[in-house]
Amino acid sequence: MSEANEKSFKFFQLKNNLINFSFVLPAVIIFSVFYIYPFFEIFRLSFYSWNGISPIERFVGWQNFIELAHDDVWWKSMGNAAYITLIALTFQNALAFALALACDREIRMKRFYRVVFFIPPVLSEIVVGLIWQWILYSGFQDGQHIGLLNYYLDRIGLHHLVHNWLSNPDTALTCIAVVHSWKGFGWGFIMLLAGLQTIDRQLYEAAKVDGAGSWRTFWNVTIPMMVPVILVVIVLTVLGSMQVFVLILSMVGQGLVYHTEVPVTRILSAMTGTNRFGYACAMGVTFGMVLIMISLSFKLLSNKVKQV
Amino acid sequence: MGSPLVFKQIGGEMKKFFGVVCCCVLFFGCAKKQDDPNTITLWHWMTDRHEALEQLALNYERLTGVKVKVDLYAPSDAYSQKIIAAAQSRILPDIYGILDKKEIFASFIESGYVTDLTEEFQKDNAAWENALFAKAVDVNRFAEGNIYHIKPGIYGVPVDVTNIQMLYNKKLLERAGIKSPPKTFNEFLTAIDALKRVGISGLVSGWGELWLADCFASNYAFNIMGEQKVMDTYQGKVPYTDPDWIKVFDVFRILSERGAFAEGIVTKPNKFAEQDFALGRAAFGFNGSWSVNVYHDMNPDLRYGVMLPPPINPNRPMSIWGGGGSSFVVNNISKKKQKAIDFLRWLTATEQQAFLSTETRNLPSNREALTSIPSVLAEYAQGMDYTTHPTIWTYNEHSLVIEKFDKGLQSIIIGEKTPQQVAREVQEIKEREMKKAHP
Amino acid sequence: MNKKQADSIPINQYQVTGFFKGFLIHTFLLIVTLTCLFPLFWMVRSSLMTNQTVFVDKSLFPPDIHFYNYIQAWTEGNFGMYFLNSVIYTSCVVFGIVLVSSLAAYAFSRLQFPGKNFFFYMFVAAMMIPLPGSFVPLYKLMNDLGLINTRIGYILCMINVGLSLSILLLKTFFDKMPPDLEDAARMDGCGRLGIWWNVALPLARPAIAVIVIFNSLNVWNEYILATLLLNDKNLMPLQRGLMVFQGSHSVDYPLLMAGLTIAALPIILIYLLMQKHIIKGLSSGAIVG
Repeated sequence: MSEANEKSFKFFQLKNNLINFSFVLPAVIIFSVFYIYPFFEIFRLSFYSWNGISPIERFVGWQNFIELAHDDVWWKSMGNAAYITLIALTFQNALAFALALACDREIRMKRFYRVVFFIPPVLSEIVVGLIWQWILYSGFQDGQHIGLLNYYLDRIGLHHLVHNWLSNPDTALTCIAVVHSWKGFGWGFIMLLAGLQTIDRQLYEAAKVDGAGSWRTFWNVTIPMMVPVILVVIVLTVLGSMQVFVLILSMVGQGLVYHTEVPVTRILSAMTGTNRFGYACAMGVTFGMVLIMISLSFKLLSNKVKQV
Repeated sequence: MGSPLVFKQIGGEMKKFFGVVCCCVLFFGCAKKQDDPNTITLWHWMTDRHEALEQLALNYERLTGVKVKVDLYAPSDAYSQKIIAAAQSRILPDIYGILDKKEIFASFIESGYVTDLTEEFQKDNAAWENALFAKAVDVNRFAEGNIYHIKPGIYGVPVDVTNIQMLYNKKLLERAGIKSPPKTFNEFLTAIDALKRVGISGLVSGWGELWLADCFASNYAFNIMGEQKVMDTYQGKVPYTDPDWIKVFDVFRILSERGAFAEGIVTKPNKFAEQDFALGRAAFGFNGSWSVNVYHDMNPDLRYGVMLPPPINPNRPMSIWGGGGSSFVVNNISKKKQKAIDFLRWLTATEQQAFLSTETRNLPSNREALTSIPSVLAEYAQGMDYTTHPTIWTYNEHSLVIEKFDKGLQSIIIGEKTPQQVAREVQEIKEREMKKAHP
Repeated sequence: MNKKQADSIPINQYQVTGFFKGFLIHTFLLIVTLTCLFPLFWMVRSSLMTNQTVFVDKSLFPPDIHFYNYIQAWTEGNFGMYFLNSVIYTSCVVFGIVLVSSLAAYAFSRLQFPGKNFFFYMFVAAMMIPLPGSFVPLYKLMNDLGLINTRIGYILCMINVGLSLSILLLKTFFDKMPPDLEDAARMDGCGRLGIWWNVALPLARPAIAVIVIFNSLNVWNEYILATLLLNDKNLMPLQRGLMVFQGSHSVDYPLLMAGLTIAALPIILIYLLMQKHIIKGLSSGAIVG
C-alpha cells in the first residue's frame, strides 16, 4: 500500500468515524449540558460547607463524607429504602409474575386484564398519595371511620385490625412499601408478560411430549427462558424503589420520627430543612455510588447466569 | 469536512425532519422575554391569597400605570427551592418572600439580595413604621448587635399579622358538659377526660409539619422556664437534660398517655388537621389565625372560640408564636427597586389591608385596618400581646438540634421514647454541634 | 351402564379440575383488578358528591350526583390552558426523545467509532445516579443559556431526563434486528441515515411505542422541574396547575377529586390508545437484554 493510499484511507476512516459519531452527537450534547454539568457541580459542592445562599463556600475536604459515615439516621434511611425495595422485589414481583403467568394462558378477558393492571403506573404519584392517604386515614366522623380500610375492617368484623396505619412505626413503612408496590407492579407485569410471550410454544409442547407436568415445565422451560427478563425487572425495581420519595412526602409529610426516612428525603431535608447543601451533595454522591454498585453486581450476576 | 457528505446522505426525509425541528425551535424559542421597565414582578407561595393579590395588582395598575405581575409557586417547598436557585443565578424578582429561618434571611441580606428599607420606614417621622403593628415589623428587623452581624435595620414588609393559638369547638365542649374553655393545664386534662367519656377526640394539629409541634413545645418552654433560660439553652449554658426541659417534653408524654391527641396527629399535614377541626372531629385545635379563612370555607356554621394554650406554670404568662405573618422583601439588585417599594407601601396602606383582611380573613398588618374583621379573628388579635417568635429572639437553636428535638417530640407522642431519653439525645447533638462551631 | 359411567369419570375429573383452576385464576385476577380500579373508582365517585356528604356517606353509588364540581374545577383551576401546555410539552418531549435516542441507539448498536463503549456506559450510569440536589446548578445553567422560563428550556430538560432509558431500550432492540434487511437496503444505495430512517425506525415501531408511553407518563406527571424552570402562568403544565389547585382547594374534597380526575383522564386515554402496541413492543424483545 502506498503512502498516499494509506493517508487517504486514514482520512476516510476519520471521516467515517466522524459521521458515525454525529449520530450520537445530539444525545451527547443534551446529556453533557443537562446532566454532566450539574453532576460535577454537585460533586464539587460535596467537599464544601455551604448553606445554599451565602456567598461563602468553605472547603472542608472529606469532612462531609466522614460525618456521613457516622450519621446513624442516614444509614437507617438506607435500611428503610432497602426494606421498601425488598418488599417490592418479593411481593410486587411475585404478584406481577403470577399475574403474567395467568394472562399468558388462553383465558377469557385477557386483554381486559392487561389494560387494567397497567392503570396504577399511569397515575401520578400525587394522585396515588392522596387517594391512599384517604384509604389509610385514621380517625372518626359521626362515629364512623373516615379511612376506608378501617371502615371496611370494622364492617366485616375485624375490629382488632383497625389501626393507626400511617402513624404507627410498626406499619407506616410497610404501608408505604405496599402502596409503592401497588403503583409499580404493572410495569413488572407487562414486562414479564411480554417475556413469556416470546417463549416458543413448541418448547411447551416438547415438554408435554416428554411427559413433564406443569410444575416441571415451569421450572425447566419457563424459568430458564425468563432469566434475562427477570433480571431486567429486578434491576428496574431496585432502582425505582431505592429512589422513591414523592409518594412518601404525600403520604406521611415530613415523616414519622425516622421510621419513614429514605435517602432522597434525607437529602431534601438536608438541603432545605437544615440548609446544609454541601452535606446534601455528599449524600447524593454516596447514594449514587451505592446504586451503581448494586447495578454493577446485578450486571455481573446476569453475565454469570448467561454463561450457565 | 464531514458535513457535506452527511447532507448528501440525508436524502429527502431527513430534510423534512430537520425542517420540523427548526420550526419547533423557531416556534418555541423566539418567545424572548422583555424587561419592561413599567412591570414589577412578585413571587409568592400563598395559594389562598393569590386571587386577592392579583385583584390588588390590577387596582394598582389602574391607579399608577405600573403593572405588577403576581406569580404563585406551590407547594411552599418548591417555592423555597426556586428562591434559592434564583438567588444563585441573581435573577430574583423585584419582590419576593423568604420563608426560611432568620439565619437564611441573614444570608440573603449578606449576599446583597435584600434592600435595607430602614430609611423608607423612617421617612416622614416614621409614618410607615408607625402605621404597622410593631410586632409585625420586628420580624423583619435586625437589631443592634445581632449575632448574624447584619447592619441593624428593617429589611422586609409584613403584609399581614398572625399568631398561633388553641381553638375550641363550642358545640363539642357543650356536649361533654364543659361550661367554659380550660384555663389551666389541669383543667385541660379534665376536659379531655370528659370529652373522651362521650367519644370525642381531644386535640388536633398538623404535626406532620414538624415546626407546628416545635411551636407547641416552645410555648410551654417559655411558660415553664421563661425566655432567659430558653436563650441560655440555645447558647449552651443550660443542657436539655435540665429538669425544666424534661417538664416540657413531659407535656407531650402526659397528653399522649391521657389520649388527648387525635389519631395520627404525628403524620397529619396541617390542611388535614384543619379539615378535622372544621368538621368537628376534634374538640380542640392548635393552629394559626390564617385558619379562620379555611374553617369558613369548609364549614361556615362552625362555632368555635380562641384560647391561649392552657399554662402549666401559673406564675408566668403563656407565650405564643406570632408577629408578622407573611413578609415581602425588595430585591436589592433590581433596577425597579423604588417602584417595588412604592407598591409595598401601597399594599400595606389602610384601604388595601382592609380589602386583604376581609377577602382572605387574615389579620391585617396595618393597625387602622383592624376595624371590620370577623369576631373570631378579633379573638385571635387579642392574643397579640402574648406573642413572641424565633425571628425576634437574640439566639436561635442550630437547625440540626431543632430537627432532633422535633423528631424526639414525635417519638414521645407515639410512646417510643421517654422524655429523659429524648432529652439526652437532643443534648448529644447539641454538644456535637457546639464542638463543631468552637473546636 | 355402570361401566360407561366409570369410563367417563377421568374425563369428568379433568374437566372439573380445569374448571376449578380457571375459576381460581379468574378469582385471583378479578381481586387484583378490583384493587387496581377501586382507588380510581373512589376518586371519581367522590368527585360527584358534596363536601357535606363526602366523608360520611360510604355508599358505593351516592344517591345525588353533582357534575357541577367538574365545571367548577375546570374554570377555577384554569385547566384549559394548563391542559394545552401539557399536550405541547408531552408531544414535543416525546418526539425529541424518539428522534435523538433512536439515532444514538442505532449508532451504538450498528456503527463503529472510538469511545463508543465509554459513551454508552455513561448513559447507562446516568440512569442510576439520581441528582436531587441538581436544581441549583441546573437553574444557573439554564439562566446562562437564556432558557429560563421558556418552553424550549423545559422541553430540553425533560428530553434529557428520558434519554438514558430510551437509548438503552432501543439499543437492545436494534441489537436483535436481523442484518439482512440492512444489507438489502445498502444494496439499494441507502446511506447510514437512510437505513436508520427506512429500515431501523419502521422495524422498531413496537419499541418506540414503549418509549412513547413511558416518556409520556413521565412528562405528563412531572411538576418539580416545571415549578423550578417556568415562571409565567401561561407556560405551566397541568400538574403544576393541579398543585396550585390542591393548595387553594385542599378543604373542598369533591372539587379536589374532580381536579385530580381531570388531570388523570387524558393520560389514561393515551394509555388505552397505545396499550396494544406496548405489549407488542415489549414482546418483540425491546426489554429482553
